[in-house]
Amino acid sequence: MNLHAIKAIYLFEMARTWRTLMESIASPVISTSLYFIVFGSAIGSRIADVDGISYGAFIVPGLIMLSILTESISNAAFGIYMPKFSGTIYELLSAPVSAMETVIGYVGAAASKSIILGTIILVTARLFVDFSVDHPVWMVAFLVLTAVTFSLFGFIIGIWADSFQRLQLIPLMIVTPLTFLGGSFYSINMLPPFWQNVALFNPVVYLVSGFRWSFYGVADVNIAVSLGMTLVFMLACLTGIWWIFRTGYRLKA
Amino acid sequence: MKPLDNRHAQPSGNPAGSVISVTGLGKTYASGFQALRNVDLEIRRGEIFALLGPNGAGKTTLISIICGIVNPSTGVVLADGHDIVRDYRAARTKIGLVPQELSTDAFESVWDTVKFSRGLFGKAANPALIEKILKDLSLWEKKDSKIMTLSGGMKRRVMIAKALSHEPTILFLDEPTAGVDVELRRDMWEMVRALRDNGVTIILTTHYIEEAEEMADRIGVINKGEIILVEDKTVLMHKLGRKQLILQLQNPLMALPAALSGYDLALAEGGFQLVYTFDAQSEETGIAGLLRLLGEQGIDFKDLQTSQSSLEDIFVDLVRGRA
Repeated sequence: MNLHAIKAIYLFEMARTWRTLMESIASPVISTSLYFIVFGSAIGSRIADVDGISYGAFIVPGLIMLSILTESISNAAFGIYMPKFSGTIYELLSAPVSAMETVIGYVGAAASKSIILGTIILVTARLFVDFSVDHPVWMVAFLVLTAVTFSLFGFIIGIWADSFQRLQLIPLMIVTPLTFLGGSFYSINMLPPFWQNVALFNPVVYLVSGFRWSFYGVADVNIAVSLGMTLVFMLACLTGIWWIFRTGYRLKA
Repeated sequence: MKPLDNRHAQPSGNPAGSVISVTGLGKTYASGFQALRNVDLEIRRGEIFALLGPNGAGKTTLISIICGIVNPSTGVVLADGHDIVRDYRAARTKIGLVPQELSTDAFESVWDTVKFSRGLFGKAANPALIEKILKDLSLWEKKDSKIMTLSGGMKRRVMIAKALSHEPTILFLDEPTAGVDVELRRDMWEMVRALRDNGVTIILTTHYIEEAEEMADRIGVINKGEIILVEDKTVLMHKLGRKQLILQLQNPLMALPAALSGYDLALAEGGFQLVYTFDAQSEETGIAGLLRLLGEQGIDFKDLQTSQSSLEDIFVDLVRGRA
């Protein structure tokens, strides 16, 4: 195990985070705060409680998930896309580094960054609405699991992308709609029966549901199913990355 | 730039002989383009090996395969006795690569990017060594500068610093002096020699024949994916180098006298120059006999010079001959 390499990649990527602190942290925090002001305070005060939870508190887990998903994907995708774009990938490819070490370095840094961000948003949310966390250990587990899983997914997108436009394509066209339709702002029980069934094909539903359960003990789907689905998606991403390094897809000629 | 003296080659596996051993190497790209055909090549430990060839001959593909950037289609490469595919960790730890393209980070500092390279190659941090490398490459004053603010020549040196950061014993320089001014080129040659003196094996590709002639111990010529020649530089120059004796005549000659027909002679400069081409390798160059004959014929000359064909002439002949 080339621990020096993992450390080097991790610190190099985290340095990028600190260097772009304002863009990295401030903008998601500001946009989430706006959600809380608009949906939590302004409109939320006129919406009835959902599952016995005030609407402002109800959307907290969903909004954190929303940020974690988008940030994990964009961090990891950007992290591996940049060396491809600038040509410095030659060094990574010629280094005595295994696929696993590369992934731990890049995905670890991307996930760390979004976990830090999620925590900051959690604290920010507390300034706007009152909420409690029933199962803190599970909350952290879901946070970490989601950050890692979607960083893996972002890593795949970063390798697949061959232009900046494509780098934005999947997050914009697929991830954002799935997140908004994934029950961040509502319980899927509020949907008509047909759409409830459709929603079950959306992986984000399981993440948001599981994460909300760790806060308030209420969930749209069984917590074990949530956990299982997240792990399945993670496994799928790991398989994809394994295939990429095995074949050299978009990395090696 | 001062010479580097921090490298110590530690032979392992295959002590005396080759440090890089390429056997039956072939590469066919997905497009069907055959970049390398059945290449066999042995690089000796501690030498400077220059790989010459026209554009698209396969120089960069060969280097990229040895360094692990391109997957080979067929064949085996051993670096210091380690198979570059099966035992890639051991092999790659020994190798440093400075690619042809100027590819650097933009926003990172010089110091950070060199430190990163060392870690990536599995070595514990060593600030003193990195300081030394940066000083030797005249980059120390720029250590905190963002790479994007540096000139092209400095970026090239940053890439060299990165390649040296993990103390490789085999160094690949792919067109190291492309786009580098004359003074800096001389400095780089000095540096490469100093590295070689410390036991580092150096493989360089170049378009500047002058560079190979100046630097290399041995020369390989690659054309259309095949190694067509590997030879000691001096032997190559000697073997293929023809010499010419040029005589500046007092009075122009309209035609060559029949008495001189035994010699490979030509007239130039409107008959004012008599050019005699001879084999520098042979025991009897024929110069003495020719000069005697000229005297007998009453052909006076006011000046004479000899010249040896350069590596460039040899190279052009070789590649044309195979084309």
